[in-house]
Amino acid sequence: MRTIPYVQAINETLHQAIAGDERVFLIGAGVTTPWYVGGTTVGLLDRFGPERIIDTPVSENAVTGAAIGAALAGMRPILMHSRMDFMFYAMDQIANQAANWYYMFGGQLSVPLTIWAIVNRGGEQAAQHSQSLQAMFTHIPGLKVVMPATPYDAKGLLLASIADDNPVIYIDDRWLYEKTGEVPEEMFTVPLGKGIVRKDGKDVTLVATSYLVTEAIKAAATLEKEGIDVELIDPRSLKPLDEDLLLKSVKKTGRLVIADGGWKTAGIGAELAALAVEKAFKYLKSPVGRVSLPDAPAPASPTLEKRYYPDADSIAASVREILKS
Amino acid sequence: MAIDNAELIRMYRTMLTIRRFEERASKEFRGGSVPGLVHSYIGQEAIAVGVCFNLRKDDRMVSNHRGHGHLISKGADIRRMMAEIYGKRTGYCKGKGGSMHIADFSIGILGANGIVAAGLPIATGAALAAHLEGGDRIAAVFFGDGACQEGEFQESLNLASIWKLPIIFVCENNQYGVNTHYQYAIAGGSIPRRARAYNLPVRTVDGNDVVAVYEAAREVVARTRTHVGPYFLEFKTYRWYPHFESDAIPDLRPREEIAAWKKKDPIKRLAKRLLKEGVATARELEAINEEVLGRIDEAVKYAVESPLPRPEDALEDVYSTQGIS
Ligand SMILES: Cc1ncc(C[n+]2csc(CCOP(=O)(O)OP(=O)(O)O)c2C)c(N)n1
Ligand SMILES: [Mg+2]
Repeated sequence: MRTIPYVQAINETLHQAIAGDERVFLIGAGVTTPWYVGGTTVGLLDRFGPERIIDTPVSENAVTGAAIGAALAGMRPILMHSRMDFMFYAMDQIANQAANWYYMFGGQLSVPLTIWAIVNRGGEQAAQHSQSLQAMFTHIPGLKVVMPATPYDAKGLLLASIADDNPVIYIDDRWLYEKTGEVPEEMFTVPLGKGIVRKDGKDVTLVATSYLVTEAIKAAATLEKEGIDVELIDPRSLKPLDEDLLLKSVKKTGRLVIADGGWKTAGIGAELAALAVEKAFKYLKSPVGRVSLPDAPAPASPTLEKRYYPDADSIAASVREILKS
Repeated sequence: MAIDNAELIRMYRTMLTIRRFEERASKEFRGGSVPGLVHSYIGQEAIAVGVCFNLRKDDRMVSNHRGHGHLISKGADIRRMMAEIYGKRTGYCKGKGGSMHIADFSIGILGANGIVAAGLPIATGAALAAHLEGGDRIAAVFFGDGACQEGEFQESLNLASIWKLPIIFVCENNQYGVNTHYQYAIAGGSIPRRARAYNLPVRTVDGNDVVAVYEAAREVVARTRTHVGPYFLEFKTYRWYPHFESDAIPDLRPREEIAAWKKKDPIKRLAKRLLKEGVATARELEAINEEVLGRIDEAVKYAVESPLPRPEDALEDVYSTQGIS
């Protein structure tokens, strides 16, 4: 299989998805400016034209609503938000409209929309240009939420999101764009709701999402040298969640650490910890560990950012900590 | 009423301060000393100066992502501004905000925003407070042509209009939002028409002529203080440099257009006028330039020598501890 960078995996997927289905189009502020979306949209405008690669004014709420409307009318739009932070403008359309449509109208018509939400943090851009809001979207019934961590999953999950009849928040982290990995040239899907064991282990279950999978792999290697055998799970999809995979692992190791790049309170770690307590309580040998952002907005200064973002070291520290107890 | 000579010289000095500040910030950014993003205000100096010179210290002003010029014009300390851009503890926001979020609340600045158009409702609220207070304070908000396509723009203009609030909407129409031309983004191609639809009086002024800006603002500010309702000012201008400083990012605007606008340099234009009318000699203007450069050097020195924030400061200031019961 070829090895390609993550950014190319997304680009190739967009090309194939748009070429392969005339109902699929890409819309969002900046989609015709390749650097604005980190090179993921290269060549799309030239190939498909402005009818299907639609750049928009800065009107996040109406553009999101329009994508929903087009989806209801039979299209399968991919809506790009260049930073998740800007999606707050579109929250009514996402949470009140898209998420509720199928249920509220008694299952008559769903919203087959992929919302491609980009996490674009770091680089000292402060609180309104750094957010990872997966927990917020995961909270809302009617939405599906996925977070690829590898080029392979970037492609497979994006195609699965487009194929899904429901609104899917496809959360993509710019810190992954340089990462390379094996990706089939042909189209394939990674089913929504299927996690993957990235490394087998027996001492502790480490669940990591998106970019933190990369850091968790480093942490697991460090811990290995210390004689700690980590089982690393990448859920890939936060909603639906692959509960079986997670619980099976927790039952085996008896210990759980969750590393997610969102805030701590009411975050992904809290949800997964609650699940373990609810469904695998008697297997737990120690308290659950959580690696997350601290409960503070993102700062600008590099010294503050360094303290703010979790990494392999903070993950390893959390694993050591729960093994002590 | 003519503008007195001392005021003209002060405006010249402030415009030059903005220019030199931005040149230096960009240079240091490119040299790697300054983190984050720097959205240069160069080319638009006349607008901030002409407007803010008519505001009192107790008038409220709300800035945006391209805000350095607004701050300097309202009287912020360039040393603390530079320190914020450098991510230092002595910066206005202790390194938490960075270049996009510098504000000095002690001189009536209620924030600078990374979210396009988000300042408009905030300034509308400041005007509501002024209205309830009953004095003659006013609010002014700076935003770009791109911001006019957000819902918050429409809603704010409408609110300010139905409540007859003492606010001046200052639109800096530099003709692009990143690479999107306003003629593409704005139906009918006219921002003033839109403001008139909300029943606001509007004036379009050459934003590269500081005297014209100043005179228009003087009249409009005086009117707004009498609580007859909001006013909309559109200033036609151009930013000289890419959306933000970065070599990785191509500027897609036509080269000839950029060159043509550089010929309309607002600072040279004022200099010419000062010389022609005998307000200042070439030597005096050069002395101002030297003095400004000296102050910029001093600001950079202050920033460089200032301490970095402590890493644990990242977790502080999330909540005010005053007034908690
Ligand atoms: C809600 C939101 N959407 C998108 C962006 C990204 N963005 C930053 S500045 C900008 C263009 C703004 O254009 P304009 O209002 O004309 O201001 P200018 O940059 O020209 O001064 C965009 C789209 C943002 N910061 N906030
Ligand atoms: Mg603009």
